[in-house]
Amino acid sequence: MIRENSELLIEITDLHASVEDQPILNGVNLKIKAGEIHAIMGRNGSGKSTLSKVIAGHPAYKVTSGSISFQGINLLELEPEDRARQGIFLGFQYPIEIPGVSNLEFLRVATNSRRKQLSHEELDTFEFEDVVREKLKIVQMDEAFLNRSVNEGFSGGEKKRNEILQMALLEPMVSILDETDSGLDIDALQIVAAGVNKLAKAETATLLITHYQRLLNEITPDFVHVMAAGKILKTGNKDLALELETSGYEWVDQEIKNEAGNS
Amino acid sequence: MKASYKQWLTSLPQPSGLLEAIQRKSRKALLDMEIKLIEDDSWRLTNRKQLENLLKLPLDNSKAKQEINTNKGLARLPSKGFRLDLNGKSNCFDQDKLPTGFSVLNSKEIKTFIENQSKNNINPEHWSIAINNASSNHIIGLRIKGNDIPALELVMQAKEKEFIPTRILIIIEDKSDLELLEVLVGANKSGQSHMIDIYLGKESKLQHGLICSGRSESNFLANVIVNQEAFSTYNFTSVQYGYELGRLETHINQKDGNAKTNLNGLQVSTGNEQLATYSKIHFNGPEGHFDQLQKSTASKKSHCIFHGSINVPKIAQQTNASQLSKNLLLSKRAKIDTKPELKIIADDVKCTHGATISQLQEDEIFYLRSRGISAKQATSLLIEGYCKEILESLPVEASRWGILTQILTSIQE
Ligand SMILES: Nc1ncnc2c1ncn2[C@@H]1O[C@H](COP(=O)(O)OP(=O)(O)OP(=O)(O)O)[C@@H](O)[C@H]1O
Ligand SMILES: [Mg+2]
Repeated sequence: MIRENSELLIEITDLHASVEDQPILNGVNLKIKAGEIHAIMGRNGSGKSTLSKVIAGHPAYKVTSGSISFQGINLLELEPEDRARQGIFLGFQYPIEIPGVSNLEFLRVATNSRRKQLSHEELDTFEFEDVVREKLKIVQMDEAFLNRSVNEGFSGGEKKRNEILQMALLEPMVSILDETDSGLDIDALQIVAAGVNKLAKAETATLLITHYQRLLNEITPDFVHVMAAGKILKTGNKDLALELETSGYEWVDQEIKNEAGNS
Repeated sequence: MKASYKQWLTSLPQPSGLLEAIQRKSRKALLDMEIKLIEDDSWRLTNRKQLENLLKLPLDNSKAKQEINTNKGLARLPSKGFRLDLNGKSNCFDQDKLPTGFSVLNSKEIKTFIENQSKNNINPEHWSIAINNASSNHIIGLRIKGNDIPALELVMQAKEKEFIPTRILIIIEDKSDLELLEVLVGANKSGQSHMIDIYLGKESKLQHGLICSGRSESNFLANVIVNQEAFSTYNFTSVQYGYELGRLETHINQKDGNAKTNLNGLQVSTGNEQLATYSKIHFNGPEGHFDQLQKSTASKKSHCIFHGSINVPKIAQQTNASQLSKNLLLSKRAKIDTKPELKIIADDVKCTHGATISQLQEDEIFYLRSRGISAKQATSLLIEGYCKEILESLPVEASRWGILTQILTSIQE
């Protein structure tokens, strides 16, 4: 929901980032205010996941110039864990399997580190089990998943639900969901989308990265951005996504060419 | 090496008692083989200086009774078993306190067993066995008969600036089973030589755990010698950490094949530590089963060694053996040497082996950090996950010893 005077949560200005000296982000500009839902679309390899990882602080990506601020603080100065504690959440496109680490214990440690930041009391094993049971309902996950190793052997859809479960537990200010819809069957998509809608609040914001209109039918975005060659090429409302659905990305090539010609 | 080693041998108390003959024999053998040791492949990687330090420590010859169910600031006593403190200083203890199912072997039985050792594919002149044979003045022999009997916990506690040899013999009767947890506890600048002989009767079963928990500048050499009759099951889990020099050797002999052997091992080295596991299994008959998983993690400037050999002679048709060595390198300066080895002569067998060396995955750490978990805690969780697979196969009551916490703190110090 767009509101005139709501708080600016994320402000990305002329962000450049590279991996192993290979530039990938080439001047991203983006503002996200409380209450808003943004969607980023764009071709494979255009830099969507890279942007999400740079926001979350992945050490493999080097920010060469530009800035990211979150509620007025310089996010780039914070370690990834501190960003998470402050309320940045990244739902991974490819959630990582961690053999030997119990999902329940992982979720508990993660939840407590966020709670600590919010000056809430940390939860012991028993208290946490009650909390997590409630949150499991949101994503309709079976309790059995708690006793397995983190994401190990989870199906694609189960991994994505586990991501949303984490989001539900961490109660972030800004949730970046990188292709959370891919690999989900129709029912699961609805469950996950309903979960995201339920967790969205007036003081929080959501950034969806997706290739498909079907997710945006469930979660209505206030803004749709098209990313190409490491920057945001175009921004519109929900109709832009519908346009893309019919006309594809061919026009993007033309725009990039024009831009190259202009500069 | 030469001079101090000779000095140490001559400093040992006069051979006496039940083990007198084997002591004399082994001391002579050790003197004769000192040159060979340096060339011997299985000692090639060993930190020679640390080994020398171990063999400089004096052996205290005062007698003190072994104790049952005492707790000298160690983990609390097991609730479903009993503890025997082996101090290496006598072979007497309160036999009346032994629960049903346990009885003490007499000298004649022990003697016969020791004399037969060489018939069971064990070389009593193997260096670290000979060290124990040369220095052990005392041996305790236990016979186990029955099922659902209390678990046995053996504690071998080192003393500062002392060398302590300990030796025990355990015979498990046909169709009987036992859960055994051994704990070696190091002390500052200490040396331990521990040797356990295990004989598993037909259809018997032993769940065996060995925790080697060192302190600064502590050292140990341990030998686990197992003879299995047909249809017996031997499950062994060893965990080593905290020793400056640690060396565990397991020698397993399936006397007529047809038995099951499962070995799980974990070595967690840090600082300048060197921890080693050498395991040998010999199938002296067909249809034996063997499964081994050895894990090591090495951090700082430490060194982990594994050498596992599987010997499948002609007679051992239809043996099914698998061996896997998994290693985690936590620092650039740490070292891992691993050598899984198959010697197969029989043709109708199923044997696999392999080794991997990896590092902590950046993506795994980032995933955890992106959930608010600190880098340090993330590393800790990953190492915990890595170690758990092995720790979970220790006897249940091993958790009293708080190994995981000790391991994790040792790595982070
Ligand atoms: N760690 C890395 N090492 C090398 N190249 C990388 C790395 N991360 C990203 N890239 C490259 O950067 C480009 C952008 O990748 P990114 O994953 O951000 O794309 P994406 O827009 O998320 O694509 P998709 O829609 O397929 O998920 C790609 O060409 C990719 O190969
Ligand atoms: Mg992507």
